Amino acid sequence: MSEKYTFKILRFDPQTGQAPYWQSYEVPQLKEGMSVLDGLLYIQQYLDGSLGFRTSCRAGVCGSCAMHIAGTYRLACETQVKFLSTTTITVRPLSHIPIIKDLVVDMTPFYEKYEKIKPYLMPGTNDVDEHHERLQSRSDREKLDNIIDCILCGACYASCPMTAADPEYLGPAALMKANRFVVDSRDDNVGERLQIVGDEHGIFRCHTAFNCTEVCPKHLDPAGSIANLKRKHLSVKIMKVRPQ
Amino acid sequence: MKYFKALVVGGGLAGMRAAVAFNMKNVSVALLSKVHPLRSHSIEAQGGINAALGNHPRGKFDSPKLHGYDTVKGSDYLADQPAVLKFTGLAPFIVREMESWGVPFSRTPEGKIAQRPFGGAGFPRTCYAADKTGHVLLHTMWEQVVKYKTYAERKNIQIFDEWMVTRLIIDAGKAVGVVAMNIQTGEIDAFMAEAIVWATGGMGRIFKNTTNALINTGLGMAIPYWAGVPLKDMEFVQFHPTTLLGPNILMTEGCRGEGGYLINKDGERFLANYPDSSKSMEISPRDIVSRNIQREIDKGKGGYPFAGGVKEGPFVGLDLRHLGEARIQERLPAIREIAINFAGVDPVYEPIPIQPGTHYAMGGLDTNENGQAPEVEGFYAAGEAGCASVHGANRLGGNSLLETLVFGKIAGEHAADYINAKETSVMTSKGFVAEVLEDEKNRLKELKNKNGKEKHAKINDELQQTMRDNVWIFRNEENLTKAYNKIQELKERYKNIGIQYKGDVMNYDLIWALEVQGNLSVAEAVVAGALNRKESRGAHFRLEYPKRDDENYLKHTIIRWDGEKAQLGWKDVELGIWEPKERKY
Ligand SMILES: Cc1cc2nc3c(=O)[nH]c(=O)nc-3n(C[C@H](O)[C@H](O)[C@H](O)COP(=O)(O)OP(=O)(O)OC[C@H]3O[C@@H](n4cnc5c(N)ncnc54)[C@H](O)[C@@H]3O)c2cc1C
Ligand code: FES
Repeated sequence: MSEKYTFKILRFDPQTGQAPYWQSYEVPQLKEGMSVLDGLLYIQQYLDGSLGFRTSCRAGVCGSCAMHIAGTYRLACETQVKFLSTTTITVRPLSHIPIIKDLVVDMTPFYEKYEKIKPYLMPGTNDVDEHHERLQSRSDREKLDNIIDCILCGACYASCPMTAADPEYLGPAALMKANRFVVDSRDDNVGERLQIVGDEHGIFRCHTAFNCTEVCPKHLDPAGSIANLKRKHLSVKIMKVRPQ
Repeated sequence: MKYFKALVVGGGLAGMRAAVAFNMKNVSVALLSKVHPLRSHSIEAQGGINAALGNHPRGKFDSPKLHGYDTVKGSDYLADQPAVLKFTGLAPFIVREMESWGVPFSRTPEGKIAQRPFGGAGFPRTCYAADKTGHVLLHTMWEQVVKYKTYAERKNIQIFDEWMVTRLIIDAGKAVGVVAMNIQTGEIDAFMAEAIVWATGGMGRIFKNTTNALINTGLGMAIPYWAGVPLKDMEFVQFHPTTLLGPNILMTEGCRGEGGYLINKDGERFLANYPDSSKSMEISPRDIVSRNIQREIDKGKGGYPFAGGVKEGPFVGLDLRHLGEARIQERLPAIREIAINFAGVDPVYEPIPIQPGTHYAMGGLDTNENGQAPEVEGFYAAGEAGCASVHGANRLGGNSLLETLVFGKIAGEHAADYINAKETSVMTSKGFVAEVLEDEKNRLKELKNKNGKEKHAKINDELQQTMRDNVWIFRNEENLTKAYNKIQELKERYKNIGIQYKGDVMNYDLIWALEVQGNLSVAEAVVAGALNRKESRGAHFRLEYPKRDDENYLKHTIIRWDGEKAQLGWKDVELGIWEPKERKY
């Protein structure tokens, strides 16, 4: 175990008019199991109050703290420093999203794309009133395993080459969300959903680079979801299969 | 200055449910939250949400009334019984409504919503989605907000995320608005409204060793408290028996509900050795299990044996190994992942090292069963920040997610009806609000300009440590007094803090300074209440007074802010359905 770490952080403050620059801080080994987030908090609270980054749960579930850490996109809270193969830890914000300050990015485009895919159950004829319970078989429910675990942290979005090439591209997180409803036996609006994701900034923009699946901190498979949507879309189009 | 018919402060489950309630009654509403709603602490809930659905083969005869009885008994008879019946009565509706909105609950073989046993419950009543119930509820709730935002025929739901509320404005006994700061720009503005629902969640971060998110500080409760809304029953803080050694991340009660054991360093299921837990063992209520774990650790029996030898320390083992990998993976996947990522322990092969940690605030802003503050017109509170007194001295697992949705709905609907029936407008207070806004701008500017020597982070660390050392599972006069005095010292030192960063954009230096100020006031209220209550009830255990004392203390603690510190009072408990009895499991 190293006694201290160097955190090399990409800094940016819009109020100073200065271009982004790197700044290094020495952080002691704070405790057994010290995370990158522990280090950032230490810097913010004891070394440099101007450092900006988002956090909330510190447990890898709220999706606040995705950033680029030591070579890849990770959650700062879930990343233990001792498992990084270096004691100089480079930290910069998510890519392909405008920076507000330091490690804080403007998630607005990310959320807007999420809203575009109509991310809510549309049960149509499967609707029930709230006084009755709607059934779902275990095997149908199993199809939702994993996809529903997305924490919308944005790591996949930042890693994807297409979100850089086409600013309108819906991106892996929103598309996986769309798939979450497409595969839900309780949803009855596959047709409209496939239409939304099938437009020019949708699924066919994905060139299966698989970065999203590789970086996902929750080990989910957005690329697989996109592939499923493509398959469904083509079968509807070519074979005129009724969407189900 | 901005004006909406209604305001919601807080974007967790309670706040979002209240916003949807306003929307359904066609009342325009703004929701303010210091983090994006999806980042709220509700996301961390694991185990489940209670409702007497009767879907489990052993739960056929369950009913809201029995759910009510378990809740009142669990509360050590400090809950207000009419409020509890309203609460458990709405539970089946609330859970089915969430399902109808798309929550992917786990299912029974017949395809119904699955339920699991939880501590203190007579039947398996806790509806769940694996061990990620909070996550799926919060995401689904947000999806509904997104949906209703786009309904053209309805009035607006407007979301102000990363707006931190710093002040509640009360004019002549009426809540008329708040002051808030846009964290992204530093802009400070007043929001006026005819009614306000306060849903800022819990305050576990006044303690070290807590399961709560970093953002769950005392500030949320402190703001209305400073403005004149009393706090109730603050001494009742739930200790969760099983939090991961180190970061104190929760290991859900579902681990024990699914059959997990608690073992000491000899590998013994020690709960059998204590009379209050020998019968229900691992699924005894939280307060009882926490005390017995602490006793075991204090006796030097902390630790667990496993294939690699014996580990010893201030923890016991949560043993899931006998459940087998398949079941662990199906029912408790997140637990396994957390144990591996944060403690390097795979529960398939080794017990998880756990210790008790603070988990939940039974107390909060004083409200009645409509979520309404009795003394301040137009002010409501819901979720963990509020206290309609359904948990009394100890909350049952699975009842708090339920509380967020039930009271979010009740408060939102009640406030909407109040607004619709109102003949006057708070706009008559516009001048007053403008003055308060100026005053608050000055206060924040002064705070930001401080260049004193004290570090607010250091003050916070010392506060959390003193709360951990002196206001913990076992309390006594001496330690509580020590904590009280320490808090007074820290309050003095706080006056001399320095804020390094003077910028406007994402100024977390300033934000943390505000959070610490809230922590100090709320911690003081907790200690004051604990000193005053010379009995043991539910989560509050006084070593000198180990018995419950209904004659003198079957009443709620009420705490008011006098401008400098806490002032104590009492309020009657509403009984009427079940007679207080000794609490045995
Ligand atoms: C780890 C863990 C697991 C749990 N598991 C369960 C369980 O299985 N079952 C169960 O019933 N209960 C469980 N609980 C309890 C339950 O999750 C919480 O009590 C509940 O989620 C609180 O919800 P809430 O809406 O009141 O507050 P939160 O979800 O905490 O939301 C508070 C909101 O207020 C906002 N806010 C706070 N202060 C301000 C401010 N000054 N200005 C603007 N916005 C502000 C925040 O941004 C946030 O949006 C668990 C708790 C923990 C800690
Ligand atoms: S702080 Fe919530 S995911 Fe890291």
